[in-house]
Amino acid sequence: MSISKIMKKSIWTSNPIAFQVLGVCSALAVTVQLKSGLVMGLALTFVVSGSNVILSIMRHYIPHRIRIIVELAVISSFVSVLDLFLQAYFFDISKTLSVFVGLIITNCIVMGRAEAFALANDPIPSFWDGIGNGTGYALVLIAIASFREIFGSGSLFEIQIIPESFYDMGYSNNGLVLLPPSAFILLGLIIWSLKTLGGAQGEE
Amino acid sequence: MFDLNLISIFISSIFIENILLAYFLGMCSFLAVSKRVDTAMGLGQAVVFVLVLTAPINWIINQYLLLPGALAFIGLPNVDLQFLQFITFISVIAAVVQLVEMIIEKFSPSLYMSLGIFLPLIAVNCAILGVSLFMVEREYSLIETIVYSAGSGIGWWLAIVAMASIREKITYSNVPEGLEGLGITMITTGLMSIGFMCFAGINLVNEESDNPALYDEEKNSIDFMEQNNDNIYS
Repeated sequence: MSISKIMKKSIWTSNPIAFQVLGVCSALAVTVQLKSGLVMGLALTFVVSGSNVILSIMRHYIPHRIRIIVELAVISSFVSVLDLFLQAYFFDISKTLSVFVGLIITNCIVMGRAEAFALANDPIPSFWDGIGNGTGYALVLIAIASFREIFGSGSLFEIQIIPESFYDMGYSNNGLVLLPPSAFILLGLIIWSLKTLGGAQGEE
Repeated sequence: MFDLNLISIFISSIFIENILLAYFLGMCSFLAVSKRVDTAMGLGQAVVFVLVLTAPINWIINQYLLLPGALAFIGLPNVDLQFLQFITFISVIAAVVQLVEMIIEKFSPSLYMSLGIFLPLIAVNCAILGVSLFMVEREYSLIETIVYSAGSGIGWWLAIVAMASIREKITYSNVPEGLEGLGITMITTGLMSIGFMCFAGINLVNEESDNPALYDEEKNSIDFMEQNNDNIYS
């Protein structure tokens, strides 16, 4: 399979969140602000592509019975590196993301791609598959996060974009958008529109 | 002293800060297994079981092996193994799940028939790892950890059984094409989450919420309500 085909498949036609129901766990929790959503997307891309490459190199040496443990060990090493990196260079963001960085380990996308792709393919396609899936995940996160930040706080990247005059005319931020329920509902609507626009129907 | 704090942790982990509906943990298996009530019951029980086992074990390991200075008892007071936290926690969870599966298979085949198929799913359930990480972040004591893990498990169980009952009913209703399946499930979960937010008013012990992010969100929602009240009255 060519690289462009892999990328198209993983970003659009079988987008991990919208069509495969993978990785929604963390997708919703970190999307109150665009900044944390973006960092989470990048972090996941790093972990998926990294662990895909390593597991793909090791795939002939892993006994089938203990592969889950091996996968978890590789993935959690990557997440530990990532967590230490964030704590060292982006302390604020790492505080905002709190436990959700650690929870990348159990993010179904990472395990799912390792099982479904990396253990059956060469390192280079596996790397691009990781990048593609990470990007697909990041795009959905960015969509939800920008909606929630614009309508919930009137800002983007913490810079106010809804002008002061709107507030003077009686506009007010919708506090409900910042709360957990709206994340569920928004994701439901995004899945609906993506399906109607015609990606593949990957579910079930 | 048996204080109100433990009850508070228990109640708030079930209702107010429900691990699924407020922190979004365990969504993957929640979406996959909430199609029928009896399988949802099985998975819910298995999650409570594994949570109550793994969280205290992780607490003990974290406290006596990983924290800075924890290895002082073998003469290594300057060692800080916290960078091993993730890898240890996930190994403990995977090992416990494997062990529980083997023990149940040996001693109670009937329980194995009902829980067994769910156990491998649980090793990668974010709720299990999430509870262990939250317990570290909030610096709970051992007793608090046990209560918190039981509460979170029960809360997750409650949510998945409620969801499965709703989904059984949804099969008979007329959902727009494209919204069927995953889409309508997410929206229903959102509505359930709104329902659970009603519990946010319960406050047994007068203290700030443990999670600053959620606390801000609560404040925002209160501000929001106040603004709306102003609008109504003005």
